[in-house]
Amino acid sequence: MAYLELKNVAKGFGANGSRAEVLHDINLTVEKGEFVAIVGFSGAGKTTLISLIAGLLKPDSGSLTLNGLDITEPGPDRGIVFQNYSLLPWLSVFENIFLAVEQCFPNWARGKKIEHTEKFIAMVNLTPARNKRPHELSGGMRQRVSVARALAMDPQILLLDEPLGALDALTRSTLQDEISRIWQENKKTVVLITNDPDEGIYLADRIIPLGAGPGATLGPSIEIDLPRPRDRKALNHEPRFKEIRRQVIEFLLNSKGERHAAVTKKLILPDIEPEDLNSPRQWRKGRAPLRRSEIKSETVEIS
Amino acid sequence: MKNNFIKKIDWFLLPMIGFIVAVGIWALISGTVSKDLPSPAKTWADSREYILKPFEKRGEMDQGILRFTWYSLILVAKGYTLALLIGTPIGFMLGLSKTFTKAFDPIIQILRPVSPLAWLPLGLVLFLSAGKQASDLGALFTIAICAMWPTVLNTAVGVRAIPQDYLNVAKVLKLSRTRTLFKVLLPATLPYMFTGFRLSLGIAWLVIVAAEMLTGRPGVGGFLWQEYNALNYSHIILCILTIGVVGYALDRLMSVVERRFKTA
Repeated sequence: MAYLELKNVAKGFGANGSRAEVLHDINLTVEKGEFVAIVGFSGAGKTTLISLIAGLLKPDSGSLTLNGLDITEPGPDRGIVFQNYSLLPWLSVFENIFLAVEQCFPNWARGKKIEHTEKFIAMVNLTPARNKRPHELSGGMRQRVSVARALAMDPQILLLDEPLGALDALTRSTLQDEISRIWQENKKTVVLITNDPDEGIYLADRIIPLGAGPGATLGPSIEIDLPRPRDRKALNHEPRFKEIRRQVIEFLLNSKGERHAAVTKKLILPDIEPEDLNSPRQWRKGRAPLRRSEIKSETVEIS
Repeated sequence: MKNNFIKKIDWFLLPMIGFIVAVGIWALISGTVSKDLPSPAKTWADSREYILKPFEKRGEMDQGILRFTWYSLILVAKGYTLALLIGTPIGFMLGLSKTFTKAFDPIIQILRPVSPLAWLPLGLVLFLSAGKQASDLGALFTIAICAMWPTVLNTAVGVRAIPQDYLNVAKVLKLSRTRTLFKVLLPATLPYMFTGFRLSLGIAWLVIVAAEMLTGRPGVGGFLWQEYNALNYSHIILCILTIGVVGYALDRLMSVVERRFKTA
């Protein structure tokens, strides 16, 4: 039985008249312990989709269930890592994570809570920075705090909303390795949202393209049957990797192409006849620009 | 080399030029246009006793200038505290609830521009039954109600400006209402609140002078008005300068506190 299940989910924004449907007929099933990546263009509704799973938004129609229970509101059983880190700037690294731990395990003794927090700070290699505030950290470090916070809540499912989108390429690949390592240690159910097909293929068990909006739908699910642990360098030459990437990108580009075909343009030319600047000009005759619509006869010179 | 030296002391030199120009204009006016305006020298001569023995008490309305200032500051502190205690919760409610805003924003906007001079008589009437205490309570009421608005409005703006991300964190963690208030809303609003607090303190200090003038209680404002009636015009200038310096000092103090609470 599916662990996370979305059935015919649709979501739009705006009032009745100018309502724009962002997501249309979304069907998704994720098994326990599976790592699923969803790839799409920016603006396709990826964040809307993950907010629906997180319970921060309610669907207009369709149903979302986690472990057989309806998702109606956000809760600590779904740990979410936001694109913009969402750390509280007045709390230190430790306090940010400790707040989550305190909230999720209120019955633990204080010592156990602290120990648990330290464990997850160590997991993302941030022990030396445990007393720093978020603004003293680099983007990559902040995102690691955010990941540690989500994992420390011991959620049933981990939702990653473009977690590495704001980072530079080098930090990105280091953090991808780190996420990969952490996932193999924990084997949590993960839904990763990304705009980078390579990232999705490198990390996930299954990759699903999300078509271009408005009214985006999910494309065919593609199994990533590459053995783990995956080697980033070797992967680039792997024919299967190239094949999966081709399929994903093809679907995405096609979905975008369909949107473009619908646009028609009408070209309107200015109502002025071009003049020959080489011909001698007669200034005194009060000349006005020649209007195309006023031309009665046309001479065509053939040489 | 020489340029460097001047640059190093211009923080002191340039303001000095400003003061000298101001005193010069004052001397010029008192010497030519208005003979009744005491000259800088006469002001100093008349005020010496009040400045050099700042804490002396010779009579109810004849005391050292710092002693008067002290009375005024105590009253301001009381009224200001009252303003913050009332203003902050109102600001929070305005920021959090659209319904509350719709219901109370118009009346707040109407009451906000009313001058302290208009509130004071109402304050006196309000506490008429308190007898001797009426003028104190009336002044307190006036300070509180006039100084409240910047705190109310800035807190409301601050609450509305809290990034959705922080609220999402609170939602995902399922923080209770009180915990959300103390762990997320309050710290996120603090910088805005302190801007409001600073503006409020400025207004409270403005109001005190008007309040003391009308009630005649001892303090810088009361002294100013009494000396006007007693034709000691030099002391008016002494009071004006004192009010200005104290107001400036209070503002500096608050901006130091404000900076302390600026989070990232």
